[in-house]
Amino acid sequence: MSLLELKNVSKIYGDLHALDNVSLKVDTGEWVAIMGPSGSGKSTMMNIIGCMDKPSKGEVLLDGVDISKESAKSLTRIRRDKIGLIFQQFHLVNYLTAVENVMVSQYYHSMPDEKEAMQALERVGLADRAKHLPSQLSGGEQQRVCIARALINYPELLLADEPTGNLDEANENIVLDIFSQLHKEGTTLVVVTHDPEVAEVAQRTITLGHGKIMKDMINENFGR
Amino acid sequence: MFFRMIRGALTRQRGKMLMIALTIALGASLATAMLNVMLDVGDKVNQELKTYGANITVVPKAASVLNNLYEVEGGETTEGAYLREDELGNIKTIFWAFNIVDFSPFIDTEVSLPGGGTATMVGTWFNHYLSLPTGETLYTGVQNLRTWWDIEEGQWLDEVADGADTCMVGAALAKANGIHAGDVIRVNGRYADANLRVVGVYDSGDDADEQIYAPMEIVQELSNTDGYLTSIEVSAITTPDNELAIKAAKDPKSLSVSQYETWYCTAYVSSICYQIQEVITDSVASPVRKVADSEGAILEKTELLMVLITILALVGSGLGISNLVTASVMERSNEIGLLKAIGAPDRSITAVVLTEIVLTGIAGAVVGYFVGFGFAQIIGHSVFGSSIEMKAMVIPLVGVLVVVVTLLGSIPAVRTLLRLDPTVVLHGR
Repeated sequence: MSLLELKNVSKIYGDLHALDNVSLKVDTGEWVAIMGPSGSGKSTMMNIIGCMDKPSKGEVLLDGVDISKESAKSLTRIRRDKIGLIFQQFHLVNYLTAVENVMVSQYYHSMPDEKEAMQALERVGLADRAKHLPSQLSGGEQQRVCIARALINYPELLLADEPTGNLDEANENIVLDIFSQLHKEGTTLVVVTHDPEVAEVAQRTITLGHGKIMKDMINENFGR
Repeated sequence: MFFRMIRGALTRQRGKMLMIALTIALGASLATAMLNVMLDVGDKVNQELKTYGANITVVPKAASVLNNLYEVEGGETTEGAYLREDELGNIKTIFWAFNIVDFSPFIDTEVSLPGGGTATMVGTWFNHYLSLPTGETLYTGVQNLRTWWDIEEGQWLDEVADGADTCMVGAALAKANGIHAGDVIRVNGRYADANLRVVGVYDSGDDADEQIYAPMEIVQELSNTDGYLTSIEVSAITTPDNELAIKAAKDPKSLSVSQYETWYCTAYVSSICYQIQEVITDSVASPVRKVADSEGAILEKTELLMVLITILALVGSGLGISNLVTASVMERSNEIGLLKAIGAPDRSITAVVLTEIVLTGIAGAVVGYFVGFGFAQIIGHSVFGSSIEMKAMVIPLVGVLVVVVTLLGSIPAVRTLLRLDPTVVLHGR
């Protein structure tokens, strides 16, 4: 069953077609990597899937709801309830500790629960760094806090934008292991990346070019 | 979580918040100083002006009729027309008793001096102790009403220490008759003679330089007017006249009931005069127009100046606060973008940002209030030579001003942030 479906989606800025008549389906529990060079439309697609932007044309169905027709207020609610976001730059609130950064996401979703936030940090191996400020954490640790924050509300879709772009190899492996674990638990993952190694570990890789889907292939080595 | 976020922002961004608090403190201190000075400046200027003498003269009705006939202003007296000394204390029982700063009775008589010359001898209070039926006690007399007198020899006459048989002599009279402080002079009145010790010689710069000033009872004895006086000078803190006061001064009966009440319960010089006449039998109290008008004009101009300075100070500090708050909020565009991306509603983001700024503003306002009160004291001492009274109403006024200015200053920034597209700050698109 499709969790996400794009039907003939275009995003046009003046003469530029950032996305040009793109259609794709992502099933529940699937791990999809979206690849492509700069300017291929990866970020535009991520923004549309992540309910932070609307397409110029076409439909975007998330869990059966056409989010391309929703108001800004509804999109905020959908982001809060259905999507977990992971950023390349981590984007943690610099004056809150690791656990508080996780709790912020709970606060806007339902009720903050420190115990649950600690469990989320434990899941990404950061329980002992819970009381540290972002400035006291390494890049890899900050990204793991970001993942814990994205997971805390049990989102239906985890959307990651270049999640390993600012990490060294060791931390990249840690993050990919976490993704692998999440996938096994049934989480749907869409990972935007330009790194072939990150794309290789995904179940399916979609390659964009000039706003169009150039390639959509199942990774035969997935899970090995 | 809301308060954890607020606490985190306040405690872990101390430098930034301190900067905002300092700017707000500066604005609040200016507002506090100027408001305190403005609210106190009326009393201060009035007190300052009171040092230039009385602004109301009370004379017997008979004397006043003659004065009016000959268009003489002030306390020229007529033989045979007197006020009663036992009614003097009543002046401090009128509705505006607390506005009566000083008053002093006068009685004068002609005396001849040993050298063959004559002089006017004025009986008055110097530093008279008065115990009123209201329980109030005060020292009043010409020591307070003639502050410009320059004591050339000796000192001011002290009614208690120097006793009754004493006097002060005007500089011109003393020079003409070779009188010095410490001398005993014999004066011959119409009904009695007296030997008086000269306590001081003064230079007044007016007619009083040709006169002798002595305690009341001496002059009353010499002129056989025991218990009577010819005029009273009153120094009162007054409100500048307006149309109502001018109309009332002409004829209080021409006022409607509500106008009369407003006029009676306002410290216009005409209202105070009217009330003095009510308590002193057969008297006419009239303002010394030159003094009263000048006081009113100076007071009005000073207050207007202070109001303008206060408004300018507030506008200036408001702009400063607004700029800093806007800059500070704009710096947080990443954080706001993130909160929007993870699903924070606009009202929640606004609440967090505004609460932080208002709390910082309140902290700045508290510091600014006390610093401003210090500024007010510096202004008070350097301009008026006295402290500025702490006016309670300034506290809520400054509080409201700071909150309003801080919130108004934050509105443009918050509006910009609410329009912020999270994709711009999160992806730098």
